[in-house]
Amino acid sequence: MLDDERAGTRPAPTADVRGGRRSGQAAWLSRVGLWALPLAFLAVFFFLPFGRILAYSFSPEAFRGESLQVAAQTLLFTVYQAFLSTVLTLLAGVPLAYLMARFRFRGKILLRALTLVPFMLPTVVVAAGFNALLGPRGLVNVLLERLLGLSNPPIVFVGTLGAILLAHVFYNTAIVIRIVGNALSSLDPKLEQAAQSLGANRARLWTTLYLPLLRPALLAASVLVFLFDFTSFGVILLLGGPAFATLEVQIYEQSLYYLNLPVAALLAIIQLACTLAFSIVYSKMIARNVVRTAPRSAESNLREPRTTGQKLFVGGMVALIIVLFILPMIALPVRSIARLDAERGQRGGFQSGLTTDYYSELFVNRRNSITYVPPFDAALNSLAYAGATVVLSLAMGIPAAWALSKPGRIERVLDPVLILPLGASAVTLGLGFIATFGRWLLYPWFVPLAHTLVALPFVIRALQPAMATIPVRLRQAAASLGASPFEAWQTVDWPILRRATLAAAVFAFTISLGEFGATALVSRPDYPTIPIAIYRFLSQPGALNYGQAMAMATLLMLIATAGILLIEKLRLPGAGEF
Amino acid sequence: MLEVEKVVKTYEGNPLLRGVSFAVREDETVCLLGASGSGKSTLLLLIAGLETQDSGRILWNGDDLEAIPTHRRDFGLVFQDYALFPHLDVSENVAYGLRMKRWNEETAKQRVSEVLELVDMGGFEHRKVTDLSGGEQQRVALARALAPRPRLLMFDEPLGALDRALRESLVMQLRHILQETRLPAIYVTHDQGEASAIADRVLLLHGGEIVRDGPPAEVWMHPGSAWAAAFLGLGFILAGEVIDEAGQVSTQYGSLQIPSACGKRKGDTVQLLVRPGKTDDRVIIQGQVADVVFQQDRFRVTLEGGLFVYIDAAPRIGQEVAVTVRVECLE
Repeated sequence: MLDDERAGTRPAPTADVRGGRRSGQAAWLSRVGLWALPLAFLAVFFFLPFGRILAYSFSPEAFRGESLQVAAQTLLFTVYQAFLSTVLTLLAGVPLAYLMARFRFRGKILLRALTLVPFMLPTVVVAAGFNALLGPRGLVNVLLERLLGLSNPPIVFVGTLGAILLAHVFYNTAIVIRIVGNALSSLDPKLEQAAQSLGANRARLWTTLYLPLLRPALLAASVLVFLFDFTSFGVILLLGGPAFATLEVQIYEQSLYYLNLPVAALLAIIQLACTLAFSIVYSKMIARNVVRTAPRSAESNLREPRTTGQKLFVGGMVALIIVLFILPMIALPVRSIARLDAERGQRGGFQSGLTTDYYSELFVNRRNSITYVPPFDAALNSLAYAGATVVLSLAMGIPAAWALSKPGRIERVLDPVLILPLGASAVTLGLGFIATFGRWLLYPWFVPLAHTLVALPFVIRALQPAMATIPVRLRQAAASLGASPFEAWQTVDWPILRRATLAAAVFAFTISLGEFGATALVSRPDYPTIPIAIYRFLSQPGALNYGQAMAMATLLMLIATAGILLIEKLRLPGAGEF
Repeated sequence: MLEVEKVVKTYEGNPLLRGVSFAVREDETVCLLGASGSGKSTLLLLIAGLETQDSGRILWNGDDLEAIPTHRRDFGLVFQDYALFPHLDVSENVAYGLRMKRWNEETAKQRVSEVLELVDMGGFEHRKVTDLSGGEQQRVALARALAPRPRLLMFDEPLGALDRALRESLVMQLRHILQETRLPAIYVTHDQGEASAIADRVLLLHGGEIVRDGPPAEVWMHPGSAWAAAFLGLGFILAGEVIDEAGQVSTQYGSLQIPSACGKRKGDTVQLLVRPGKTDDRVIIQGQVADVVFQQDRFRVTLEGGLFVYIDAAPRIGQEVAVTVRVECLE
């Protein structure tokens, strides 16, 4: 699928067409220079904590019978829910991928953008959204209560396995749509025409053409979805409730509530080993399945739904998108301005209607206690952390992506080094910080450092494809026209990379703003971020707390959505994803 | 002007260039002709300073270029894949080299429209380069290379990505532009037609060495080696063995009478070039017709064994024929 092969007109790659790589020590030195900063950062803030976790996990407490039992049970449940979630995500995602890759219909661009939003949405927002729709105080339950005159919410959603699975499908369907959809739309339509001319019907097209050709894409999508479900934290904690503990939740609870670092460390090592294995499998798969530049216009594969069957399919899929992706995102803002609860002390009297109270309340310091932090201050903390994360992750990400886009021997060794932090979950990163830096965590700037670790793989993945699409030829042409290496970078590389860099910055900003797992472990109680504040409000009783959680989650959702749409707009056509 | 002295370049352990030497004189277009993978593009990159040779020297007016980086060599480069900057429009692409040399804006603007006129692209100044056709892109790439008045122009298979008709018209245009600008140029190609149309001198690159060097007419008339004759598509290569010094040579088509037996002795092997278009000579070859193809105004008749000739009247396939051919000795 490489560009060269498709172009067809170019002669077979020979020694004639090699890049202008200067040999010798200078090149090697400049490579080491590029790597110095990101590697030093990873050494101190990832590998050192990782070493501490490893040390803890080999302590005798970690291998007591009850510890091992906790570990085994947790691992079993983690795999179980991740497997179920992956299957359900594929069931929803593959038809949607087909819809997006093959049909042209009104509102498609908007729908497509909306299906991509959940993937990047902060977990607290997703949890709050499902809560606003189906939770005990959610729209559906309150309406049913009122219509049927019930005194208890009829639908039990929060605290069930179903809630976890649904949220995971909501999150990760975008991955399937992206990967499988891209593979589908880059399939040569002539293959389909040839198969049909040879007598294949719709069903046989799937079994003989699509599935075999899409198998790498399907596998890659499945592994990635499983990886994300496997390391899910916020969704389980916020929607699953105390009954369910995945490895992530267990690490969090063991280290914060039971203060049992050895067991937490053991769980973290188990988790890291698993995710690392999945990551390696995944990168092997995409290496085989790589599409470097924009494929031939995918437009040629699109058609209007014509037959009744096609119209039913398109209609059904659009309905699925609306129910699955749009309702929770609408329920949240609606719930944040709706007063639906019976006020205490007013017997039977419902006070309902629209209200902005929950928003204005965000700026008021209700409880004059020392530990209570008004939401507005949490927002300021979040913005400061996000700004610092952008600066740090670009400083690390740009040189690393640059070196990775022109892979040499060093990079082949170092690529897995960069995958490791990606494989480490946010909670594990937090645990590593606790285990390593202990009391130093009183300094609030550990939060942006943790966020940088979370954001760095995404920043690199956003930059690297854009860097790799700049042909060596352009730099050679610039040099032959009198541009020094720096001028060439300034006039050729940078203008092309500007968009990708901005996208990476927005990525880092959005991730930092919504980050929950690492922050939950690392942040100081008196310096909460927006997601931490939402979590606190959601876990406290009372209509006002609930309403404030909804209001904050709505604001966070709007900011995150704006960020995600901006990244989409900045993305080079066809440049790599995930 | 440009001198290449015994340049050696190895790629991943395989010798690519094994001591290449040649010179390009003022106002001369030299064509480097070779099969793909012969190292001819690498040679251009070496001259441009985008690669470094393992040994040997590259000189300009007697000065070694080794210490001079690409951007200070003033050698224009035109690539097969154009390498136009996608984020700049046509005029910005062409002005790029002028910007690097700090030309003032007014003169730069004048120069841009001047060279765009020269390549027949006047009026395209503000078009996006990604919207242009292949031929238009290549002409912009040429204008971009010409604009800063380089000391030497280098072309790396510039027309390789274009279709035949466009290639032929662009070759003629390129020829006129090179004559007009009087710039020394090196033109790399694997297409013999392009080479003979554009070159003042042709260098044949084979096995990491320059095996033939001369004006196109001379090279085409006297290719020298069997490889060169085959590569240039001059005719059928016939192997034979000298029977006696009087000129009897035994071949797959029987015994032929070759004057002075190519100067070889009895028992030596000889390589003979059978020119397909020259049927006026004394050597007569007999054979069975394997294939007849009509081409332009004559028939290409292939005999069993692969030898082919051009003749006016078509024989039947399977027929025994006798044709008179011109046979030349090769090294």
